[in-house]
Amino acid sequence: MNAVHKKRLIIVIVGVAVFSAAAALVLYALNENINLFYSPTQVAEGEAPVNKRIRVGGMVAEGSVEREPDSLKIQFTVTDYENSLIVHYDRVLPDLFREGQGIVATGKLDDKGRFQASEVLAKHDENYMPPEVSDMLKKQGANASEAAPKL
Amino acid sequence: MWTWFHKLSSPKWFYQISGRWLPWIACAAVLFLTAGLIMALAYAPADYQQGNSFRIMYIHVPSAILAQSCYMMMAVAGGIVLIWRIKLAEMALKCIAPFGASITFLALVTGGIWGYPTWGTWWVWDARGTSMLILLFLYFGVIALQSAISTASGAARAGSLLALVGLVNIPIIKYSVEWWNTLHQPATFKLTEKPSMPVEMWSPLLVMVIAFYLVFGVVLILRLRNEILEREHKTNWVRKLIETPIESSTTSVEKTSATKRGA
Repeated sequence: MNAVHKKRLIIVIVGVAVFSAAAALVLYALNENINLFYSPTQVAEGEAPVNKRIRVGGMVAEGSVEREPDSLKIQFTVTDYENSLIVHYDRVLPDLFREGQGIVATGKLDDKGRFQASEVLAKHDENYMPPEVSDMLKKQGANASEAAPKL
Repeated sequence: MWTWFHKLSSPKWFYQISGRWLPWIACAAVLFLTAGLIMALAYAPADYQQGNSFRIMYIHVPSAILAQSCYMMMAVAGGIVLIWRIKLAEMALKCIAPFGASITFLALVTGGIWGYPTWGTWWVWDARGTSMLILLFLYFGVIALQSAISTASGAARAGSLLALVGLVNIPIIKYSVEWWNTLHQPATFKLTEKPSMPVEMWSPLLVMVIAFYLVFGVVLILRLRNEILEREHKTNWVRKLIETPIESSTTSVEKTSATKRGA
């Protein structure tokens, strides 16, 4: 490797490093805006704006889903196992929606601290398994979603 | 080591050696792709939660992995172009970009098809999806920049610069699901932990990933050989190759290129 090549190599490496550092700083500064949703804890701490379109994400708390018998209206609690938030919704839910499932809801936080959702998306986790294995885990008392309450 | 490096970077040497590799790689690609698809569709069990729709993973994940690997290879070729001005790297840069763009597009489309039944939406502007879309635009940028400049080496240098600048996007794609809240789930496979997926689900995936890399190898070699013939058409060895009657060992690509040049 001669001197010219060495010089060019250093320029390329320094260039990529400087550009990466700049990108890292920009992303760090924009951190809050890149997050897709607020967690219930962030809402409880007052980080989420009231009456503005935001997204909230968390797990649907076990036993919290209440449906109205003659309409699509539904109410459930979203939790991150520290804080929770009541969500109201009246449209069609995705197939994966169930208790213990991760969801991301779009909507507005009202003055009473409830979340009026206009869209609910299901978030699935990184665990995959055949149905038989999941049944077995349930029998053992360790529900698949409880085994990995990650969001 | 440097003599090997220079030997590898000679278009003539690459043309000859790749002609010998090509049939083997092509056979392996077909074999792995067939085996992978059969395993993915018949052997892998359905998911406890997503049912059969999770099977699109066997296309989505390999294409997403390959999209990022292609970009890294393109950036490495770009670095070689800028530092050593090696012709073969210039050609590689030009040949990888369109394949990378297509495979990124495939990853985005299959992601949407998977997302609709599982998430309830085709597309969401989360960090993973958006950074992947930026990757697609980076590929488009490299292609556009190269076709905008008329001299081959100037085009390659401009493309290399963009490819290197865009390299910063690769770790962002990889870690987007950990650094930020996203709708996309975190990685199932980690180097340090056991995969959170049983072996009968991840083995077809592994086969498909290898198959995708092999297909990439075949496409890259075919494109590179064409590019070499075009760029080197004034050299003696290419003229000789065109004038001599086509031997039985030559591939169809050579034949078409050869007839094109001859006409």
